[in-house]
Amino acid sequence: MNLTLKIWRQANADAKGEMVTYSIADVSPDMSFLEMMDMHNEQLIGNGEDPVAFDHDCREGICGMCSMFINGEAHGPDRLVTTCQLHMRKFKDGDTITIEPFRANAFPVIKDLAVDRSAFDRIQQAGGFVSVNTSGNTQDANAIPIDKHDADKAFDAATCIGCGACVASCKNASAMLFVSAKVSQYALLPQGKVEATDRVMSMVNQMDEEGFGNCTNTGACEVECPKGISLENIARMNREFMSATLKG
Amino acid sequence: MITTSIARKVAMALSGLFLILFLGQHFTINVTSVFSEKTFNFLSHFMGNNPLVQFVLQPILIFGVVFHFVMGFVLELKNNKSRSSKYVSFKGAANASWVSRNMILSGIVVLSFLGLHFYDFWVPEMNYKYVEILPKDPDRYYGELVHKFHSPVRVGIYALSFVFLALHLYHGFASSFQSVGLNNKYTRGVKWLTSAFALGIPAGFIFIAIFHHLNG
Repeated sequence: MNLTLKIWRQANADAKGEMVTYSIADVSPDMSFLEMMDMHNEQLIGNGEDPVAFDHDCREGICGMCSMFINGEAHGPDRLVTTCQLHMRKFKDGDTITIEPFRANAFPVIKDLAVDRSAFDRIQQAGGFVSVNTSGNTQDANAIPIDKHDADKAFDAATCIGCGACVASCKNASAMLFVSAKVSQYALLPQGKVEATDRVMSMVNQMDEEGFGNCTNTGACEVECPKGISLENIARMNREFMSATLKG
Repeated sequence: MITTSIARKVAMALSGLFLILFLGQHFTINVTSVFSEKTFNFLSHFMGNNPLVQFVLQPILIFGVVFHFVMGFVLELKNNKSRSSKYVSFKGAANASWVSRNMILSGIVVLSFLGLHFYDFWVPEMNYKYVEILPKDPDRYYGELVHKFHSPVRVGIYALSFVFLALHLYHGFASSFQSVGLNNKYTRGVKWLTSAFALGIPAGFIFIAIFHHLNG
């Protein structure tokens, strides 16, 4: 396939970025999107140009590092996949592909397509954990009976890889889906209920401090989430938050 | 409490649900004008002269309306600030409905309509009762209503406004349940019922306007 790539190039966080148009030839439909980007970078390096910076790590859809906004959608046109799982067979010969970084004030661009998503780390650090006494008295988690329905819901929430596609897709750049998944995975389990009140308050406050937008229930985050995290988690977080507020 | 994003979201939902309750009550009274002039006059006179309605519920309603649109604008401004560098290509239609992405637009049209509606009905009513202090006439309401719908332009504006209200409600009504934390096995049924309300009630208001235009 021969393609035209329109890629956001930005030298650093303070530089003014712009879309730059490139041509790339002989792309195999069997290539992953990131392999196509690798191929493009090799061409740039061969021409003595600066390669395009982009995040990637496991390339198996698990780590949540890849974060491209492809043809107007986070992780591209496919559903339930990350950018690394997107294949070039989803495109046609002669296509023009627009590639941008995930855009949100809380996700500042580091360079080109690489963005700083440490805001998610700070939200997680604010309450996304269970305090456990590790002095030798820890109870075997399997010794606590948990309703299968709750365990399944908690596991579904825990599959969130924190890639930020929810923020990138939301017209308001809201992080509610991510935060709600992290709140839910603990709130549904007995181990997490002990700190549930403090957790939801701390994580929501941190989310607001980071400058994410407000959720208006458009549902775009759920559609674009590579792990299919449900909006049900946002409703649960709202309940948890209201309950925590009433408890003071 | 209202300083956090979730508190704002819940407040927006609760004020919206309150306004929806009022809309249902308003429609119930208005629709009687199609069937019985006497019933419509009786209900209108009751609502217009009952102290509880006039001096308790009416101020609460006005507060609810003002709160809902002020909060709507505040949220819109905050949301716009959260992404100052816009996408070159953003395919919003691929993952969210037009109505859900344009609540501010439908809201502005509904707000403009409310201005016209207040000018048409509320201001003359306040003038009649509290400024000129004219004698009570329990039979005047039906005639005033029919008179307002003589103008085809006014009927057209009303109809168009109610189309936008339907769009606003279509997303907003179901969305308010999600905002207050209700998303469960009944959500599909709730979505069906709220959609029926969102389309049915505005259609009913349009029908009332056209009915009186044609028969007045």
